[in-house]
Amino acid sequence: MTKLLEINGLTTYFYTSGGTVKAVDGISYDLEEGETLAIVGESGCGKSVSALSLMRLIPNPPGEIVDGKIIFMGKDLLSLSDEEMRNIRGKDMGMVFQEPMTSLNPVLTIGLQLTETLIQHLNVTPEDANKRALELMQMVGISDAGRRLSQYPHHLSGGMRQRVMIAMALACEPKLIIADEPTTALDVTIQAQILELMKNLTRDHGIAMIIITHNLGVVARYADRVNVMYAGRIIEKGSAHQIYHNPSHPYTLALLKSVPRMDQPRQAKLDPVDGQPPDLTKLDGGCAFRPRCRYVIDRCAAEIPELEETSDGQLTACWHGGKLNDPLQEAS
Amino acid sequence: MSTPKIVREAETGSGTSIDLGETLITVKDLKMHFPITEGVVISRTVATVKAVDGISFEIKKGETLGLVGESGCGKTTTGRCILQLENQTEGSIVFEGQELKDLDQKQMAKVRERIQVIFQDPYSSLNPRMKIGEIIAEPIHVHKIIEDKTERDARVRELLTICGLNPAFADRYPHEMSGGQRQRVGIARALALNPEFIVCDEAVSALDVSIQAQVINLLEDLRDEFDLTYLFISHDLSVVRHLCHRVAVMYLGKMVELADCDELYDNPLHPYTNVLLSAVPIPDPDVEAGRAHEIVKGEVPSPINPPSGCVFHPRCTMATERCSQEIPEFREVKAGHWVACWEV
Repeated sequence: MTKLLEINGLTTYFYTSGGTVKAVDGISYDLEEGETLAIVGESGCGKSVSALSLMRLIPNPPGEIVDGKIIFMGKDLLSLSDEEMRNIRGKDMGMVFQEPMTSLNPVLTIGLQLTETLIQHLNVTPEDANKRALELMQMVGISDAGRRLSQYPHHLSGGMRQRVMIAMALACEPKLIIADEPTTALDVTIQAQILELMKNLTRDHGIAMIIITHNLGVVARYADRVNVMYAGRIIEKGSAHQIYHNPSHPYTLALLKSVPRMDQPRQAKLDPVDGQPPDLTKLDGGCAFRPRCRYVIDRCAAEIPELEETSDGQLTACWHGGKLNDPLQEAS
Repeated sequence: MSTPKIVREAETGSGTSIDLGETLITVKDLKMHFPITEGVVISRTVATVKAVDGISFEIKKGETLGLVGESGCGKTTTGRCILQLENQTEGSIVFEGQELKDLDQKQMAKVRERIQVIFQDPYSSLNPRMKIGEIIAEPIHVHKIIEDKTERDARVRELLTICGLNPAFADRYPHEMSGGQRQRVGIARALALNPEFIVCDEAVSALDVSIQAQVINLLEDLRDEFDLTYLFISHDLSVVRHLCHRVAVMYLGKMVELADCDELYDNPLHPYTNVLLSAVPIPDPDVEAGRAHEIVKGEVPSPINPPSGCVFHPRCTMATERCSQEIPEFREVKAGHWVACWEV
């Protein structure tokens, strides 16, 4: 397979009255065609900003992509003009956002919003666009598609709106779909429906997907590879199997110990990390996870660890290099 | 903490089998219907939303009952009825032997000292213009528990410490704190009156996983330390399993299943419980790969015009003719395992 996307040293800052927020601080990863990559992390770790940077949707001011390279289908996105970028966005790169309530225009009909993309990018006649829109609506499992096209977003339930968003993302047969918390606002049964739909559609059409989520269960069910982010950096990456069965960064380990699991005996206590994520305006020259880390050593305060390979294809940014003696695992 | 003698007045018809522990709260045939009105000057009712439509259960002292279901199933309304923030349309709620709807304002104020609530959103449930100390002291002040200001401040500091916060936070405002810290403030406020019973309405849903786990642990510690009884309302089935002794599943205003926690998760009987459990992804790619995903079709119908018979029948794979006509009775099929389904 060929590389669809290569990101190198992407750095995005926000300049606020409280100081410079290093929302994304030099992240690098790549994506192959048809692959599903998950970016996990907690609020404020930079996962959404990294995706917005990728699409060049960072509002400037206050935000700015200060450094890095984004190569998508052989093009350097950061050197394109706004016009050229508009041609890629929505065409080769589809987007599904978290809030289906706010990401659709409330005063335009569903049909108009769907065909807009098609007419803009594919140069088709309104009649053909309408036909394609109908097809797309059926593809994402909306019954009575013809009637739905003439309706407004408020006529639709949350799950339906998210289906419309997916239809819009798929409209121009993109190579990549970026889904930012696509199911967070939905109920579990609807979440299962939507994720299954996205999985099937991306597989059938060979679309690569970057799914951004805080839900470790969703990641486990759908992702091939996982990037874990903390305080604007990728602190661990690897295959889903490696991340879940052999976490090599203390933060990943802590995340996994924070969620109760339904397939395991009801444990007496969860074992979360203490404290909270750091203020991104006040990062120093050491590892950002250091104040909450149980494995902290002197070196952590002095230098920021870079991603290094610990086992085949698995990388961690930790001075322990993946050798964590887990007191809990040993006890059990 | 003193506990008044519990007098069980109403004999319960359904909900749980009474075997151990005293019953703290009994809900029987609770209905909460909201009218939808039309017209500004002369308003008339055009329809009703049957948010809660005849549910019964009991909570024993020291027990944590989980109430799960999807948006709009009536779980929050049930909590609000117990708190008497809504005047129920029908049915009875008996707390420590007192029928809540028969109490006058003064008696109800007394009961409110014993029933507290923790809300979902730590951002909107704290007054942004009040300091943390004032927020926590307010219930103590209103209920005239501690009249002396110095003593009250000491109590506030104690509560902050119990909830894992720095006592110095009393002088801060909510906007200076993170979501997890605010939720701890909400918990401290709920504890201020030494309650017996706390309704936790999606109390950890808005928090990030590592912070969520901290707050879950805090709720567990407090339960053990102060002998608290919780009604834990949540849509997160993994968290409910971790925290609760018994679990009730609601769908469209009805209770469809109620059982001990392990029994419900290991041996779910109602088809809705089954799809709900199957929909929850487990954080392990290998387990997920080998798991059958039963995906329920369709969406939850409107509670204004719910389906006839069993409310779940349009989405149910096991539905028969009978399901669309007759409402299944909520019955005990095994000791302590209640279910409302014709096919069980």
